[in-house]
Amino acid sequence: MRKAFIRTLVDLAEDDERILLLTGDLGYTVIEPFAERFPRRFFNVGVAEQNLVGIATGLAEAGYIPFVYSIATFAVMRAYEFIRNGPLAHGLPVRIIGIGGGFEYPSAGFTHYAVDDVGVMRVQPRLTIIAPADHQQAVSALRATWRQAGPIYYRLGKDDVNTVSGLNGRFEAGRAQVLSEGSDLLLIAMGPIARQAGEAARELSARGHSVGLMIVDTVNPPPVEHLRHALASVPVAMTIEAHYLVGGIGSLVSEIVAEHALGCRVARCGVADMPVGRTGSDAWTSAQHGLSTEGLVASALRALS
Amino acid sequence: MHDDSLRALAREIRVAVLTGSKRANVGHIGSALSIADIIAALYGRVLRVERPDDPDRDRFILSKGHAALAVYAALHARGWIDDETLSGYCTDGTFTGTHPDHQLPGIDFSTGSLGQGLSFGAGAALAARLQGSNRRVFVLVSDAECNEGSVWESVMFAAHHKLSNLVAIVDANGQQALDHTHRVLDLSPLEARWAAFGWQAHLVDGHDLSELCSALSGDVSSSDAPRVVLAQTVFGRGVSFMERTIKWHYMPMNDDEYRQALDQVSH
Repeated sequence: MRKAFIRTLVDLAEDDERILLLTGDLGYTVIEPFAERFPRRFFNVGVAEQNLVGIATGLAEAGYIPFVYSIATFAVMRAYEFIRNGPLAHGLPVRIIGIGGGFEYPSAGFTHYAVDDVGVMRVQPRLTIIAPADHQQAVSALRATWRQAGPIYYRLGKDDVNTVSGLNGRFEAGRAQVLSEGSDLLLIAMGPIARQAGEAARELSARGHSVGLMIVDTVNPPPVEHLRHALASVPVAMTIEAHYLVGGIGSLVSEIVAEHALGCRVARCGVADMPVGRTGSDAWTSAQHGLSTEGLVASALRALS
Repeated sequence: MHDDSLRALAREIRVAVLTGSKRANVGHIGSALSIADIIAALYGRVLRVERPDDPDRDRFILSKGHAALAVYAALHARGWIDDETLSGYCTDGTFTGTHPDHQLPGIDFSTGSLGQGLSFGAGAALAARLQGSNRRVFVLVSDAECNEGSVWESVMFAAHHKLSNLVAIVDANGQQALDHTHRVLDLSPLEARWAAFGWQAHLVDGHDLSELCSALSGDVSSSDAPRVVLAQTVFGRGVSFMERTIKWHYMPMNDDEYRQALDQVSH
């Protein structure tokens, strides 16, 4: 996803000199296509995420569209107050690229697990948050949004090979993506875990349940009307995200259900406790938090019972 | 602006700081008086700004945003904000709060959280270079603000990229919110620290307008290093009972204090 994103950024930068890329000394084997093609528009500011965002703010005030690149936890949380008081407070088009939502740096451990980034970012009213589900959608999302006013947080995964079956790279501002419809249960997924959500949906269908699947890629501003409409027609919805239970789409969907007094019950699949201590592969770590395909199926069956 | 006019501007700023703070019954008076001469030098002579919305104007960032009233007074003196806006300091619905907001004409960047302005300034200076512009960027930080690690991130970046169009001004009044800087987190030797990070450091009397103007307007092309003007200032300068006194970081004035203070800065 990250490589496809940078390749697309190179294409866009060919036609628009305002695009700059800044990194906090991360992106080995990812950022080189941009750095080599536009050496004068690429800056490695060193391991200094606060300064990374502050510099981008100064550049954007002068008319540039700076993309800043780091691992999601560092880009979001180390720099958080700079994002708030910089591009957000000034309404400037700084783009924050955070790599690795959830457990995509699995053996790296807790410091590298972005399980709270969407939560802390989603509270900011004027911040666009885009969490593509696969590399094809990351490309579509970038092409559709890079020019817009105000800051954007792109939460990108590392997988540049696998795709979400049936998504075909679709992205529409203000709408979620509907991959299947069903009357018993609606699965709502954010990010690359949409693949596991799709597998779980197929497994549940094979067991005779009518299951729908939606992907929320623009987390903020959220596709409220689209979700409201979908939630109004099912008895149970289950949110699926490689993120803490609080703050992500589980919270978003619960807010919509509560605010619109919908009759739908919400089950949330996500990271319930701090993932400190033992580490392993993405699959192993996800499974510990019930986020494997099997775990999702089991949670769905509980929700349906 | 001539020397007499600069002195008059500094006086006007001090009067506005006292008047505005008294009317709003707020503090940060000592911090604003500390930078009154620096602000007068900048807005009276140094900054090249025809109009506050000119994209190729010099940029100024008050990174120690809590002294914004001194800047509002200068914006008023330049005619960029009106009487009502200045006198509306800290009233309901105003853009002139205790910390500056960029929606006010003449404010280039909103500030208020220490340690952020120099990074905005480094980006602004880099932008000027990329755009082939001669505009300059001035960032006023407090000495205690140098407690923030993020300041040094920007210091390193500016030196590495030889941002000679960037000028940092340190309001070195030796005080911070709760105590004197040398007792909280000793910053000395401040000049050597900036120089060791690759900046061209100039130590000046922060209340000597001609020294300030000369240091701030220094020839940009004389070195490829960014410049820091370490302005040695007196906290609360101009009001005897506020000078070097910690309580005037936060405290508002009572009526007697206001009358005395106003009398002292008016002469």
